[in-house]
Amino acid sequence: MIRVLLLSAAAIIAVPAAAQDVAIVNAKLVIGDGSAPIDGGTVVVRGGKVVAAGAGVAVPAGVERVDAQGRYVTPGIVAAFSRVGLTEVDAVTGTNDRSAARSRFSAGLDIAPALNPMGSPVAVNRASGVTRAIVAPQSSSNLFAGQGAVVDLADDMDMVTRPRALQYVAFGEDGSAKAGGSRAATFLLFREQLLAARSYARNPATLAEWGNDAMIQRADADALVRVIDGTTPLFVRVDRAADIVNVLKLRQDFPALKLVLVGVTEGWLVAREIAAAKVPVLVSPLTDLPSSFEQLGATQSNAGRLKAAGVDVSVGVFDDDDAHKMGYATQYAGNLVGLTRVPGASGMTWDQAFASISSVPARAVGMEGSIGSLRPGRAGDVVIWDNDPLELGSRPTSIWIDGKAQSLTTRQDRLRDRYATPQEGALPKAYDR
Amino acid sequence: MIRGVKGSLLAAVSLALVGCAASNGETASAGDKPAASAEKPVKFNKDPYPSTYKPYAGQVTAVRNVTIFDGEGGRIDNGTVLLANGKVEAVGGPDTPIPADIAVYDGTGKFLTPGIIDIHSHLGDYPSPSVDAHSDGNEATSPTTPEVWSEHSVWPQDPGFSRALANGGVTALQILPGSANLMGGRSITLKNVPSRTVQGMKFPGAPYGLKMACGENPKRVYGGKGRMPSTRMGNFAVNRATWQKAAAYKKKMDDGKAVDRDLAMETLAGVLSGEILVHNHCYRADEMALVIDMSKEFGYKVSTFHHAVEAYKIADILQKEGICSAMWADWWGFKMEAYDSVNENIPLVYKAGACTIVHSDDANQIQRLNQEAAKARAAGRRIGIDVSDELAWTWLSYNPAKALGIADRTGSLKPGKMADVVLWNGNPFSAYTRPEKVWIDGALMFDANDPKRRPVSDFELGQPGEGDVK
Repeated sequence: MIRVLLLSAAAIIAVPAAAQDVAIVNAKLVIGDGSAPIDGGTVVVRGGKVVAAGAGVAVPAGVERVDAQGRYVTPGIVAAFSRVGLTEVDAVTGTNDRSAARSRFSAGLDIAPALNPMGSPVAVNRASGVTRAIVAPQSSSNLFAGQGAVVDLADDMDMVTRPRALQYVAFGEDGSAKAGGSRAATFLLFREQLLAARSYARNPATLAEWGNDAMIQRADADALVRVIDGTTPLFVRVDRAADIVNVLKLRQDFPALKLVLVGVTEGWLVAREIAAAKVPVLVSPLTDLPSSFEQLGATQSNAGRLKAAGVDVSVGVFDDDDAHKMGYATQYAGNLVGLTRVPGASGMTWDQAFASISSVPARAVGMEGSIGSLRPGRAGDVVIWDNDPLELGSRPTSIWIDGKAQSLTTRQDRLRDRYATPQEGALPKAYDR
Repeated sequence: MIRGVKGSLLAAVSLALVGCAASNGETASAGDKPAASAEKPVKFNKDPYPSTYKPYAGQVTAVRNVTIFDGEGGRIDNGTVLLANGKVEAVGGPDTPIPADIAVYDGTGKFLTPGIIDIHSHLGDYPSPSVDAHSDGNEATSPTTPEVWSEHSVWPQDPGFSRALANGGVTALQILPGSANLMGGRSITLKNVPSRTVQGMKFPGAPYGLKMACGENPKRVYGGKGRMPSTRMGNFAVNRATWQKAAAYKKKMDDGKAVDRDLAMETLAGVLSGEILVHNHCYRADEMALVIDMSKEFGYKVSTFHHAVEAYKIADILQKEGICSAMWADWWGFKMEAYDSVNENIPLVYKAGACTIVHSDDANQIQRLNQEAAKARAAGRRIGIDVSDELAWTWLSYNPAKALGIADRTGSLKPGKMADVVLWNGNPFSAYTRPEKVWIDGALMFDANDPKRRPVSDFELGQPGEGDVK
């Protein structure tokens, strides 16, 4: 098994798969921007990018034509908040690069070199229709967790689409535990670290003067300067309504902060404030239990209510498994559609729900122009599904990433095939492959 | 066996506590022969925390024009169901007679099923909010604690119960101790009704279970404390030594000899005599096979392997042994023994003819076990295992009821059985479907159209979102 993996890795390095020019015709075409599906649609991908999508789009001469036979064709799913690529088996610490509990660095950590495109979670998530992911490090001992990336889930060695695409920090109970035991300490530590970074940016010698008393390392300061000036979006985990309001106020001191709120369990209680601040949110929408005192108001209607208030709502899969089961995004989005049929509940239309797992998370991380939909100019990340993608058990039948056709076979499929009949035959199962 | 257990539990209720030497009812130390010594054998109350559950008031109710999955693999299109006196009174087609002047619901476009039964839950013993003060699921101070009973940890105010009811259509569930220990303690089966006390939730007459755990968790927890077991072989050694002790205890009781009451041994003797059902957390195929041999070595039977991520590798053996597998649709990768998960595990076990159950082990996923079954069914279909909707429903109600020893009373829509019923607002194997009404013993305990039929636990009263749709 290991040898097979190495061989295939070598093959990929030696001969990178070329982007194909491909036109998918006769599609129930979902652009992913919140518009309704187009029957009989066509999407044309050339040079790795979408060049045209819609009804009545002509297929250029010489471009391979794939007949979708009326099935759903969509942009690939964008996992809104994940750790895909950072872990193989969570409880096997050597494979788990989610966080760096004993590092002296914090904001400066950059997950890019920790990503493993050959890990089986990448293939499993890809086979469920996920083509891109926003990957954040996990908080550990320091307030700032470090810099995440936007990645692709293609079957090649180059996983990073945009490095240092976000900085991650947890407020609330998690943040207070790291900052010294109270929310007051969290807000003060946050402010002081950013001010230290700003001083350093104005005069790098200050860091040396501080010596061992320095609150942050040089690499951390470099990263935080980019947060202060809005170059790097700041993803903030926050759940309690009061904490959300206070996090929004951080822009009074640091007006260029580009905030993205993660979790936001009680967001519906302060939806107007979030909407007024024009801050996007990433939610795991089926979180509906008061798992902590900062999630007392948890409800599955949170996403729908925030959306109705005018907030940009991305749907992600976290607070559950944030590395192996990104394919739950479609199930979660489907549940939001289901909520529209429950008296008193809020959900999303099908079109909105699909956008919440494609173009909306791309927009949250500032990449709406390059991924997350089938509008011209976006990456050629296209999925043909065997059924309604938000319905249970639907699966991709074909996937392209950057215009390259992808393998949909996983290690799990190999195990399944080996044990389709569990009894051993003339030779043990180990010979069966 | 089920009836027998029920009978003996009921008999125990009527008896006085420890010390009673009455000659009938309890079997713990009573033999046909008189005790060899002059000392009279002591009898112990097997049901000292008896169920006080009583069905809530319901009215005679019919649902017509509805698609019915009966839970045992049957389907009726354009069906009629009649609930009366807490029981399923009639199930049939459009011409099924129903009395006049009763509540009749039109089920057009809707589906009606037995309530979902989750065989693996920690609601109440790991409740929300999951603060340290509520961490009551693992007595992780000794690798074998068969003396602890999960019902003594269950907090009836856990908001998770009402979520499982309203969003998940769960009408009964087994609350297990955690898996830190090889023998974690007794489990309890509950009706999913709000109550002031756990006794008010206890499923009347349901047999007790014993939670056991294979593999990584016990050896990690105790190895980490520098004590046995720290390996899988250590797991087995501790288990076997404990079973050996239990066998000796039981023999002494069977021989009518006086024993010092030992709560741990009492549970294990109950397993050896078949009154208490073994629910064994076990992921790996090779370990399940070893556990099967251990059960034969000491003369007990495993009811169900829980989590059973690798059940597909030995589905033939599980079929032959008559052991159920309780499984997730697609959980994987969180630890080494969950690495070989396949999406087709559930359908492959089903295909082998072995008892197939979908379980949650999760306060959130218990709210959509129907969706988990739908995913598994779709995965099976893609490899040519075509399981109909109505057959797949056996994974959610009848099979878990069998594995819990309550299938003679609930788990399917047969006349005379408990009216534990869900009316869904569409096909329950769709992501777009939710429960509309849930009856337990014929009482309407949830109605999506009536905010007053939505339970709110004490914990949620006066908090943000009280009584919200959730």
